[in-house]
Amino acid sequence: MKNWIRTSVAAAAVATAFTATTAWAGKDLDAIKARGQLICGVGPSSAGFYLLGGDGKWSGIDVDVCRAIAAAILGDSEKVKYVPASAQQRFQQVQSGEVDILSRTTTWTLTRDTALGLDFGHITYYDGQGFMVPKKLGVKSAKELGGATVCVQPGTTTELNLADYFRANNMQFKSVVIENRDEVEQAFYSGRCDVYTNDASGLASSRTTRAPKPDDYVILPELISKEPLAPAFRHGDNQFGDIVRWAVYAMLEAEEYGITAANVDKMKAENTNPVIKRILGTTPGMGKALGLDDDWAYRIIKQVGNYGESFERNMGDKSALKLPRGLNRLWTQGGLQYAPPIR
Amino acid sequence: MALMTAATATAPRVPPWNDPVLRGWAFQVLVVGLFGLLVLFLVQNTLDNLERQKIASGFDFMDKEAGFEIGDTIIEYSAASSYGRAILVGIVNTLRVAVLGIVLATILGALVGIGRLSSNWLLAKICEVYVEAFRNVPLLLWLLLIAKFIRESLPGPRAVADKGLFDAIFLTNRGLYVPVPLDHPAWAWMGLAALVAIGIGWAVRRWARARQDATGQQFPVFLTFAGLIVGLPFVVWLLGGAPVGLSVPKLAGFNFAGGSVLQPEFVALLVGLTLYTSAFVAEIVRSGILAVHRGQTEAAMAIGLSRGQVMRLVLLPQALRVIVPPMTSQYLNITKNSSLAIAIGYPDLVASINVTINQTGQAIEGILIIMVAYLSVSLSISLFMNWYNKRIALVER
Amino acid sequence: MTDIASGAAPATRTSRPPPRGEAGAIGWLRKNLFGGVGDGLTTIVLLALLVWGLWGFVEWAVVNANFSAKSGPECTANSPGGACWAFVRDKYRLIFFGTFPFEQHWRPLFACIALFAMLIASCDRRFWNWRLAVIWLAGSGVALTLMFGGVFGLSFVETSSWGGLPVTLILATYGLAFAFPLGILAALGRRSKLPLIKSLCVGYIELIRGVPLISLLIMASVMLPLFLPSGFTIDKFLRALVAVVLFAGAYIAEIVRGGLQAIPKGQYEAADALGLGYARKTFFIVLPQALQVVIPPLVNTFVGFFKDTSLVLIIGIFDLLNAGEQAIVDRNWSGFANEIHVFLAMVYFVMCFAMSRYSKYLERELNKGVRR
Repeated sequence: MKNWIRTSVAAAAVATAFTATTAWAGKDLDAIKARGQLICGVGPSSAGFYLLGGDGKWSGIDVDVCRAIAAAILGDSEKVKYVPASAQQRFQQVQSGEVDILSRTTTWTLTRDTALGLDFGHITYYDGQGFMVPKKLGVKSAKELGGATVCVQPGTTTELNLADYFRANNMQFKSVVIENRDEVEQAFYSGRCDVYTNDASGLASSRTTRAPKPDDYVILPELISKEPLAPAFRHGDNQFGDIVRWAVYAMLEAEEYGITAANVDKMKAENTNPVIKRILGTTPGMGKALGLDDDWAYRIIKQVGNYGESFERNMGDKSALKLPRGLNRLWTQGGLQYAPPIR
Repeated sequence: MALMTAATATAPRVPPWNDPVLRGWAFQVLVVGLFGLLVLFLVQNTLDNLERQKIASGFDFMDKEAGFEIGDTIIEYSAASSYGRAILVGIVNTLRVAVLGIVLATILGALVGIGRLSSNWLLAKICEVYVEAFRNVPLLLWLLLIAKFIRESLPGPRAVADKGLFDAIFLTNRGLYVPVPLDHPAWAWMGLAALVAIGIGWAVRRWARARQDATGQQFPVFLTFAGLIVGLPFVVWLLGGAPVGLSVPKLAGFNFAGGSVLQPEFVALLVGLTLYTSAFVAEIVRSGILAVHRGQTEAAMAIGLSRGQVMRLVLLPQALRVIVPPMTSQYLNITKNSSLAIAIGYPDLVASINVTINQTGQAIEGILIIMVAYLSVSLSISLFMNWYNKRIALVER
Repeated sequence: MTDIASGAAPATRTSRPPPRGEAGAIGWLRKNLFGGVGDGLTTIVLLALLVWGLWGFVEWAVVNANFSAKSGPECTANSPGGACWAFVRDKYRLIFFGTFPFEQHWRPLFACIALFAMLIASCDRRFWNWRLAVIWLAGSGVALTLMFGGVFGLSFVETSSWGGLPVTLILATYGLAFAFPLGILAALGRRSKLPLIKSLCVGYIELIRGVPLISLLIMASVMLPLFLPSGFTIDKFLRALVAVVLFAGAYIAEIVRGGLQAIPKGQYEAADALGLGYARKTFFIVLPQALQVVIPPLVNTFVGFFKDTSLVLIIGIFDLLNAGEQAIVDRNWSGFANEIHVFLAMVYFVMCFAMSRYSKYLERELNKGVRR
């Protein structure tokens, strides 16, 4: 009996302790600075976005966003702790404070922006849902997919878009729904399904890294949805939100003005273009407005590189994926990536 | 404590803190109070969190359009159906695999259990190896193994389009396609006829029993029953115009159309559940038979019963008394283990709810539905087995 | 017979060998395999099936198998129709230790050894006294220090990077260790005369036993964050452990209840007559006897939970099975999932089989006193 009482008392004590810890939720930025580390939620490896290398280091454009933010706030792009966030629990992980930022191919939607208590940064990748089929089926368009068996992961917008698209086009399909991404892709590559649907970039990444013979599969031209992928963080700390946005803008601006990781030192020392001088902090003032020092953007470019470099390294020609930039080209080259001026 | 109450009549007045009854109540109030506080604390947090994250609550979502497809269903369902319907599909799918699994595991388990006691050393050893192999490896691993085996070893639908058995039965990695009769009113009537046949058969059995008890004359109940259950529907079929139309599966586009299909995920789950559970059932059956005293067998042999009769009339009825209670928990296990469907992509209740939770964000309601559904199924199985157990229990005179 | 008939003294009676075909190898064969026509046919059919099946397996697993290839296609080319054990060889560290930092794999290795040593020592009845506590403290201390690190110059490793065998062992061992006191309390509560306590315990036990473990795991991973104050998070691994403890507690409670019911009423009455209070009666008279009875079924439960920990795969924790699943996902080795699965099955089998044999042995040992 004594044990019971003791347990109960202990439970009550722990409960009180729990309540006490709620007080901290306030300034995310201060918490990050105090911790000296940015906690970044990323998914299970998906080449191009977040990939855990054999050396235990993460790479990918979503990872680069976290590194850029860490470089801006903490001065070192390596001061990031990566926490695995599953498709299902990722929002709870942000809401509960388990991660500071979710940089994990998350589609920006109205519900998520509002009802889930999140804010979104700048769109780091313009994506859309696509279909991948084995070449030998001879399918040329998604409109020919009536009656097909489709492999899809549950718990995402993907599953709903899929049903919507087939209904809109009066086609039937059979779904094979498997929770685990590895399993669902294995099912597709072993021929359990005719079609695999996911974000087009995810399909390309899967084809390159998982398909037994990548050349045997084609991604159909239709994209059936808009998937603007952006970093997500808790609603409430506006200053942190500003830094998340401007860290990405700095990478875009750097590309637009030709600043790269290789030439940034030279630019900083020699360049006289007033825009570049503002970006790199030779003309002071910009960092202070963000609550950072003036070298913030310089550090991002020096340690992470500009947006174009990040893309080429992780998804473009310098990577295994060899994805075209498509919509993610700068606005000056006919794409959608457009950063507000740093001034 | 019992001692104290018995002695209160003569015992000197006890101070209240030493009174066992009072102490008992004080203690209960304390524990329940603390428990209540904990619950209150959790509920308060939950409400706060729901409020802060603006998550809806209540069961309104049940009527909303689900918007996702379910690949394997035997009741009508489409993406335009409601969440409630999707959950119902899940429940039906869970029951389908659980009921079939219970039947198959019982039969297979009984065979293996009896096999372990066989006088044939080889048979007994093989059964023993079977039991140990399936008992000592996680069910989930068996399921993944079987699912992957089916998926990877069977050919795609196009590869077998002209290689079907009788051009009507096709085994592919999309499942086993078999022809089914075309819709015809006669089928429903035949089902009814079968039910009627079972009813008559049961009545015949009662009558035959009574007659045997009274006169000692035996009646071929089994043959009569077999005749009834085949004959009656057959007559109805003839009366209904003997429909012979078949819907034969034919390759159309990506998949076979027509006929009926047993999907690989369903088969994998059913096979996995059956094999795994039958190993446990075998052990229960074996120990049940071993629990029957040897003298019973010898006595039955001595009065000239055949080996089959000994098993059927003497051993099994007595063994059942030992077998039924642990079997109940195996049946419950099958039902609960069918929730592993989620790992191999069979759309059972948990899978349906999981998708619903993801789309609506209403985790609490979803989990509540899972728990209520499983609890009611478990309770029904327990009630049925308890009733059956009472029926076969030893009537002591 | 002739001896007796001739009236020779019993001392000189020589026993004759039994008739041919009743003893020795032939006799054994006759008795056990060819008892009659049906029996003989069964044996022959089974033997044929066995040889066919076994040979197929041996051919796949041994004869045609490849142990040295560097990639999947190389396996297919060099040894068609055989198992590609080279895949397992290439991946075994990933399977056993998951995503734990690669160069530090010695840590989970020694942690596993410590846990195994602890469990094996716990199996020895000579240690079933105060020494058991020491063994567990030492074993747990070593294992957890190695896994977590952060002291003695070991780098800190989070539970999210843990994987493979240590995760399975930790979940099963500590899940059951923590569930044990919970189960005992619930069992005592269920047999208590206090109505509120009793209904609380009955509710807990029946509720948990009526629902699948998966629903508890999903609850722990999805709902627990909602139950807690905002900003307060519990490690995912810990959440899974909580679910396992709650689940195992209910099952242990029912086993312990069986043990409690097996104790003759006289024991309770004798304790009452001695004037022992509830606590002393329970801890000194009732529980020691009840627990003695339930040790074999408890070991069986441990086997069950050891297998059930594999379900954490569904909420994304990298236990042995999930680590194996991760290992399968490698383009260089596509199409060899069976090898990994068979390997995992053998690993699980060895451990579970050993434990269930131990449980049988214990049952015999502990029943020695009462067996006639």
